[in-house]
Amino acid sequence: MLIVAGFFLASCAATNTEQGGDTDAASASASSSSGGEITAGTQEDLIVNVGDRVFFEFDSSELTVDAQATLDAQAAWLMQYPDTNITVEGHADERGTREYNLALGDKRAFSVYSYLAQAGIDTNRMEYVSWGKERPEVIGSDETAYSQNRRGVTLVSN
Amino acid sequence: MIRKILVFLFFSLNANAALEVTIAQGKVEPTPIAITQIFGADSDTARYGNTLRQIISNNLTNSGLFYTVNEDLYIQSDNLVEKVPRFEDWKLVKAQFLLSADVSKTDKGIRLRMRLYDVFNAKEIEKLQLTIPDENLIRRVGHTVSDIVYERITGETGYFDTRIVYVSEIGPLDQRVKRLAIMDQDGHLDSHQFLTDGKNLVLTPRFAPNKQLITYMEYKNNLPRVYIYNLKTGEREIVGDFPGMTFAPRFSPDSQSVVMSFSDPNNAANSEIYLMDLNTRSRSRLTNDSGIDTSPSFSPDGEKIVFNSDRGGSPQLFIMDKNGDNIKRISKGKGVYGNPVWSPRGDLIAFTKLTQGNFHIGVMDINGNNERVIVRDFALESPAWSPNGRYLIFHRQKRSNLDGTGGEVTIHFIDITGYNERVIPTPRDGSDPAWSPLL
Repeated sequence: MLIVAGFFLASCAATNTEQGGDTDAASASASSSSGGEITAGTQEDLIVNVGDRVFFEFDSSELTVDAQATLDAQAAWLMQYPDTNITVEGHADERGTREYNLALGDKRAFSVYSYLAQAGIDTNRMEYVSWGKERPEVIGSDETAYSQNRRGVTLVSN
Repeated sequence: MIRKILVFLFFSLNANAALEVTIAQGKVEPTPIAITQIFGADSDTARYGNTLRQIISNNLTNSGLFYTVNEDLYIQSDNLVEKVPRFEDWKLVKAQFLLSADVSKTDKGIRLRMRLYDVFNAKEIEKLQLTIPDENLIRRVGHTVSDIVYERITGETGYFDTRIVYVSEIGPLDQRVKRLAIMDQDGHLDSHQFLTDGKNLVLTPRFAPNKQLITYMEYKNNLPRVYIYNLKTGEREIVGDFPGMTFAPRFSPDSQSVVMSFSDPNNAANSEIYLMDLNTRSRSRLTNDSGIDTSPSFSPDGEKIVFNSDRGGSPQLFIMDKNGDNIKRISKGKGVYGNPVWSPRGDLIAFTKLTQGNFHIGVMDINGNNERVIVRDFALESPAWSPNGRYLIFHRQKRSNLDGTGGEVTIHFIDITGYNERVIPTPRDGSDPAWSPLL
């Protein structure tokens, strides 16, 4: 149930923007939709104050410098809320076969998962899953959409 | 006009033998066949007859190897099951072959009698009588008769009495609801049936050669794993107890094993190819490389496996022995390759290739030579062979737009010569088609 809610929130965020920075877009939408205080330690808190996602280059599962900075912040946030568990989702753009993209999505999700683990987050608090190209963040057959869709998303699962 | 008559005479000279149709010869001129009314004495049998005639006519026409002579031109209107046709009348309407049939009710059920004539040689070349217990089998009778006619005239194995399993799609592209569905190869709505309810995402169904099982991937409890669906019982069973994602399954030719990818959490979630024995439940790892290894497909003799790997940098096609030895790259062209599928005749590999912004579906020899593109478009995927190895089905998706429009995905049929592409109708969008063996 929480996973679905997270999806919905995230997808509102991205489609309401003019392809601006993803984190800014998410925060704008999240704060306007909540209309009040953000509860600490929630998905909304993660999106607004930390950044819930990282982006990948085409056909790559390597974490960029930007991605590592976001994950450092996520790790610190997870340390702050030790009762919070997460699921990391790995996604791909549509320009590959379904099966190859499932494999790629899993490698991306695992890149995020293992980075957080190395940053000291207990693996008992984390799961990861690939959605391949099945759940795009932004609908569209161009690079603007693809760059948003090649992503690893951290979802609070409890 | 003169040219047409010459073609007509040419056909008549060759009519002694059944047409020899080879895949290498390229576009084939469709052979004209006349199909009389399929006669029934009462309203039920007349209705069955109409249905059968429509099925047979559609099947033969859709193959691209036949066309049905317009019945308005027919001179003789008799039932020709017991009566010898007036062959001169059928020559005049340029029918090279002639099919006549009737349907009647007997103690044992519904009886069909069929006669196939070679018009130019003025002789019967095939006859058939079969009885079915009830009308639920009418469509299968139509497909069976189509197969017999196709085989008798072309010399190739038929493919009409077969089914297609696929993924039915509906809803917004970012929250797509996908269900397994199955239908006759012609996509007729009367044959269409959903197998899953859409609660869980399902992908990439493939038939077992034994016709009873389908292997596919399902996100049950958000855990992507390979499953087997039993068509007889409707039961679903997970394939093996794996601690990570399993996907890209296909049966071995003996239906006793499933070859698939497994992303092992203890191997940095890198996809390797595994063989799962369905009887002993033992598994063996076939690949071991830091690249992605996926989309395995067995050769029909079960000795080799073709698969997709990015071990050399970009995704390419490779062949290995069934135990994982002797890995050799076969794709030679530029571009990103995927979806390799070994033909049932054993001589070709179908694949997708992304290059210059477009997807291509093509075939190559098993050593990678003689690559040919069959169809090209923005998004093409999931080639699957007809059981006779002459045709492919695949899906084609339109571009989508930021406002959520577009992205329609449909199932297509094409002769591997690149001619005769047709849409296979589905009630909703359709993707990931796979063909059953002949039933």
